[in-house]
Amino acid sequence: MRKSGIIGSVIAALLIGGAAAAFAIAWRPAIAAIDPPAPQSFDASLVKRGRDLAAIGNCNDCHTVRGGKSFAGGLPVPTPFGTIYSWNITPDAETGIGRWSEAAFRRAMRSGVNRDGQHLYPTFPYDHFTNVTDEDDQALYAYVMTRQPVHAPARANQLSFPLDRRFMIAGWKLLFLRRGTYQPDTAQSAEWNRGAYLVEGLAHCGACHTPRNALGAERASAQFAGGDVDNWHAYAINAQSPAPVPWDADALFAYLRDGWHPDHGVARGPMAEVVSNLSSVPPSDIRAIATYMAGVFGAPTPDRKRQGEAVLAQVKSPSVQAPKADAAGAAIYAAACATCHETGRTLPYGGVNLALSTAIAGPDPRNVANIVLSGVRPVEGERSPIMPGFAGNMNDGQVTALLNYLRARFSNQPAWADVEKTVEDARRTQIVFLQTSPGPRNAPADPTQRDKP
Amino acid sequence: MMTLMVNGIDHQIDADPDTPLLYVLRDDIKLNAAKFGCGLGQCGSCTVIVDGKAVLSCVTPLLLLEGKQVTTLEGLGTIEAPAPIQRAFMEEQAAQCGYCIAGMMMRAQALLQRNSKPTDEQIRAELAPHLCRCGTHMRILRAVHRASRLMDTADASAATQRRAP
Repeated sequence: MRKSGIIGSVIAALLIGGAAAAFAIAWRPAIAAIDPPAPQSFDASLVKRGRDLAAIGNCNDCHTVRGGKSFAGGLPVPTPFGTIYSWNITPDAETGIGRWSEAAFRRAMRSGVNRDGQHLYPTFPYDHFTNVTDEDDQALYAYVMTRQPVHAPARANQLSFPLDRRFMIAGWKLLFLRRGTYQPDTAQSAEWNRGAYLVEGLAHCGACHTPRNALGAERASAQFAGGDVDNWHAYAINAQSPAPVPWDADALFAYLRDGWHPDHGVARGPMAEVVSNLSSVPPSDIRAIATYMAGVFGAPTPDRKRQGEAVLAQVKSPSVQAPKADAAGAAIYAAACATCHETGRTLPYGGVNLALSTAIAGPDPRNVANIVLSGVRPVEGERSPIMPGFAGNMNDGQVTALLNYLRARFSNQPAWADVEKTVEDARRTQIVFLQTSPGPRNAPADPTQRDKP
Repeated sequence: MMTLMVNGIDHQIDADPDTPLLYVLRDDIKLNAAKFGCGLGQCGSCTVIVDGKAVLSCVTPLLLLEGKQVTTLEGLGTIEAPAPIQRAFMEEQAAQCGYCIAGMMMRAQALLQRNSKPTDEQIRAELAPHLCRCGTHMRILRAVHRASRLMDTADASAATQRRAP
């Protein structure tokens, strides 16, 4: 046998071996289809528990598109790799998950594989859901299988080769999916452990608040250091938090439960949908999340604490003169913003004093641009926080002048770069976000406040 | 003193730069189609068109309007020669008390200028910020569809006239 022949055989063997290995890694069997189970076959208390868990998991937010039916999918999720559309998770036999057994549902949650054995894109955050216990998966299954079935075929993803090949995801999982349910830390309280289980698992907070690497996986070394979602910045929720007043467990509890906090403002953008869902789950779970996250934020340094107190004092006696930052921006602020944001009317129906705004202290101007352009939409049928959008009233130059002024006047951070470009982008992307996102369905506001506007 | 262009005419306005456009339109220029409803940009009755976009004039201070073109309902048509959007609203009897209608027409006009054949869903989404307490919503929807058809015909007849000797 000639030498090249030997090399050829070796290469062939490697290729065959490699293909076999790749097949073994990528191939998953289908799980037998079942007849859609009758809704009555599920225990009502199990369904109720599943409802609360689904609210914590924010499932409806991605699996519902504006104008579409709940859980029927179709929401475009923009990613750096292309647009992925959420699937119909109603129990429709043809286009939903009506023929999925509980085992198939659990496999999807645990390892991101659908009933047919196809790998699911990690926009479905199974890197978090893998932590969910069998009991909780059972309750979630009972909840989704008792929803109204909706016929809504999946929309084709817009991904380019080779990312449109689902076996590629098997490689991603090999690198980034760490399977296994949550292991409690015995040194911590039961409440802390409950919070950790929810935050790292079903609530998948890191999916937005942790930055991602070039392959779209959360960077474990930068957990909760701030990420991106739908062209909004999800703030750092660890020691690097840019919030002017440091967060603590009580503030987190109030904010997550009511959707606003007097020292921090009102949740908006994608977080408005999160708090809208959280407003209906047991307070004990919100308390657990707040307890765990307060630990992640960590106790503020004395310096940071002092700064927070200084900001609160300044808000109470707003006598400080504005620096000569941007005359045009200052005039716009005084004419269009201050009438709500500086009247001292209490939240959530008054505007927050912008010295308390994390958006203005944050690392980039995206969130302020988004909110100035689109405002805060009222929640249908409920009293809720509002703000008119100024997309039609202000051109890019005017929004830019305003943002530069706000940054100089209300934060002690250096000026933002590329504000005008951000405003242009915000104008383009917010149109898409507002047209597709289902929006909060119940007012994320403290019900005790509703009678005293 | 500031120059404000409304319906193609330059007006010299002597008002504070933070005065809402709505007040200037009604009090200084005496154009009363745009209405004061809530003053918070939440009801839509003050809507006018600025540079082709529907804008809530009650939350638009004068200083944002330097060099921009404002169009009010009066700028679209007259009683003798109503614009397609106005004709459509009359023909469908879309107004009951009428307070919201000027604003509705202005946003519908802005929509039709960039999308001449909107779907029912697009019209509903576009007009969602407008409140109507009389409940003529279904007529308003029909009126916007009718306006879209009327604009088609208007364009066609204009083209015919241009071709005629």
